[in-house]
Amino acid sequence: MLSDSPVAVEQHGPELLHHFADAEQQRDAASLGMWLFLATEVMFFGGMFCAYLIYRYWYYNEFAAGSRSLDIWLGTINTAVLICSSLTVALGVRAAQMGKRKLLVILLLLTIVFGFAFLGIKGVEWYDKYKEHHIPGNSFNVDDLVKEYPQIHIDPRHEQIYFSLYFAMTGLHALHMIIGVGIFAFLTFHAWKGRYTPKYYTPVEMGGLYWHFVDIVWIYLFPLLYLIDRKPLR
Amino acid sequence: MATAAISAERENYLNQEYGIRSWLLTTDHKRIALLYLASITFFFFIGGFFALLIRLELLTPAGDLVQADTYNKLFSMHGQVMIFFFLIPSIPAVLGNFLVPLMIGAKDLAFPRINLLSWYLYIIAGTIYLHCIVTGGVDTGWTFYTPFSTAFSNTKVIEAGVSIFIVGFSSILTGLNFVVTIHRMRAPGMTWSRLPLFIWAHYATSIIQLLGTPVLAITLLLVVFERAFNLGIFDPTRGGDPLLFQHLFWFYSHPAVYIMILPAMAVESEVVACFARKRIFGYNFVAMSSIAIAVFGFLVWAHHMFVAGISLYSALVFSILSYLVAVPSAIKVFNWTATMYKGSISFTTPMLYAFGFIGLFTMGGLTGLFLAALGIDVHVHDTYFVIAHFHYIMVGGAVMGYLGGLHFWWPKISGRMYPEGWGRLAALLVFAGFNLTFFPQFILGYMGMPRRYWQYPPEFQVLNVLSTAGSTILAIGYVLPMVYFLWSMRYGKIASDNPWGAAGLEWKTSSPPPTFNFDEEPEVTWEAYNYEQISAPAEVNVER
Repeated sequence: MLSDSPVAVEQHGPELLHHFADAEQQRDAASLGMWLFLATEVMFFGGMFCAYLIYRYWYYNEFAAGSRSLDIWLGTINTAVLICSSLTVALGVRAAQMGKRKLLVILLLLTIVFGFAFLGIKGVEWYDKYKEHHIPGNSFNVDDLVKEYPQIHIDPRHEQIYFSLYFAMTGLHALHMIIGVGIFAFLTFHAWKGRYTPKYYTPVEMGGLYWHFVDIVWIYLFPLLYLIDRKPLR
Repeated sequence: MATAAISAERENYLNQEYGIRSWLLTTDHKRIALLYLASITFFFFIGGFFALLIRLELLTPAGDLVQADTYNKLFSMHGQVMIFFFLIPSIPAVLGNFLVPLMIGAKDLAFPRINLLSWYLYIIAGTIYLHCIVTGGVDTGWTFYTPFSTAFSNTKVIEAGVSIFIVGFSSILTGLNFVVTIHRMRAPGMTWSRLPLFIWAHYATSIIQLLGTPVLAITLLLVVFERAFNLGIFDPTRGGDPLLFQHLFWFYSHPAVYIMILPAMAVESEVVACFARKRIFGYNFVAMSSIAIAVFGFLVWAHHMFVAGISLYSALVFSILSYLVAVPSAIKVFNWTATMYKGSISFTTPMLYAFGFIGLFTMGGLTGLFLAALGIDVHVHDTYFVIAHFHYIMVGGAVMGYLGGLHFWWPKISGRMYPEGWGRLAALLVFAGFNLTFFPQFILGYMGMPRRYWQYPPEFQVLNVLSTAGSTILAIGYVLPMVYFLWSMRYGKIASDNPWGAAGLEWKTSSPPPTFNFDEEPEVTWEAYNYEQISAPAEVNVER
């Protein structure tokens, strides 16, 4: 690591890095950097949303049938869990601003609990799909869906496209959740150590931005994957 | 600028600390630039080695040096190494890393640790790719087209895909760092209209890196998923669409061309103004044309797919949009030429590269218009005409810009002068070797020789022999600078702070700069390229 040159020694907190003039510049830089990173994330998920758009237009029946086969209750609960976690994150940022260390730690821990709850439920859903042979590949089988919805014409090959997208999208979303839980574990540790003060809480804010982003991705995934067509079939 | 004799013990970023730890754990943007310099040079010679094997195979019409399968791997790995491990990081990660903070008067990039992380990601990706090379390689072409890459290729597609996925994030982080640095770290008085054009072009490059690379990342990831977990998103046997892959791939990979060429244009603006000793002609136009190229660059990708089965109407639109990119590119070329008009030009090594760049980039750009025309594209698609065209842009343009920039800023980077005579010789060799290698390929392609074949009809041999001969000259032209740059680090003449009499903040600090770049925070009170106020240096011994 670089040693500070005599020029750089000034009166400021230990969290101000040497190459910034003041805390405000440092905070602005971090904030702009985080928003730019989220822009790259939008493009990353955007590729899959683009594929989704085209295939849903082509293979609407299969997408609708696949959507019906998902457990809407687990999906709804998970949506609620994530919205609650975003609330605890927002309150956590507020707690950090006010300098309430204990409250901050509790809120961050709650967020992690919600994160694990989401991942657990998601795991259950994936396991159900595994049992139903709905995972694309050699053992893929949607005879159950064909029998269940005789009113819709279902091409099993196209059904694989739906489930490929389902697993790719929810899988990468879950990976982002796991990374998010890791980030929040880091934040919790430092919050517990009392590193964040009303003057310096940028990491909490940045972690919060990331968490909200991952939350918003789910807010789009839920209707696109679960709610394509739930009207009673005639 | 007259400078006092520099004492050898003056503290700078190179001699402040020693030892392997001080390099591998550094967060100094200048040291990270040198780490990148060493790593990309390594990969440049690996990619070059593949290129030489390709040219040797094509010396004779028969497929005699390597088998078809090996040849497929050679051109695939040549493309992937050169694009993802050399050209994309070349100027931004080396010269940009070194110069962006210096040029805007900052102490470092906004996120020094992320900058180091980006280099480590590069090294991890590079290691995976090297492993892929030595354990069998990959034969999909650099484009990973499905369904060949997902269903048929028996080579290490997953490893190559993961490696390029990772190196993409190294590129994203560099771009992110630059954008934030340019927005938030400028010295007092360094307004947007006073920024060097180098900064404007890097800003535009970074925007492309930020918005384009993630799309490549997800596309390659879906290919990897398709191979590893049997997902079927691009699989035609399940109703998946290979054209969708091509759209997603080129959404990044066409703008990627501008990631390679914009930084070379960045170098060009600095070098031309300095060695013509004039303020750059039409500063605002050159600056805005960089942004325009970045924006238009995102709207032309399907011109790679004219014969792939896209609709005629979308092909028409993409053809017209591709023509539009020529406008900002031409603005740049005309402005550099106008800058040189009635300037007092000195033929230094960087300026020779700059001349080469203008000529070769113009040729590459104009032949690009041939390819953007729907009718001609059908004729020359997938022929050596395309190969020649993009090598004129990437080698004649980007690599020329990179070498010119490396020579121009070498005194600042190393504190030593390179040998000018050898430098000019190498520049001429590169120019001559390049044209001999690639000009015959225009003719070959026009006559109908397809790309990616390891043998060809005998009537194409003369032009292929010329091309192979040129490639050996080119190789010598590339090895020479490496030799004399290394030599100059120890034996070169000590460089003054501003040996070229150049404008720009980076020349106002010492050579090499101190760790925190400036002894006092600079305050900018002048416009960019104020050459009328700077006297030409006496000590640069070049004819005028």
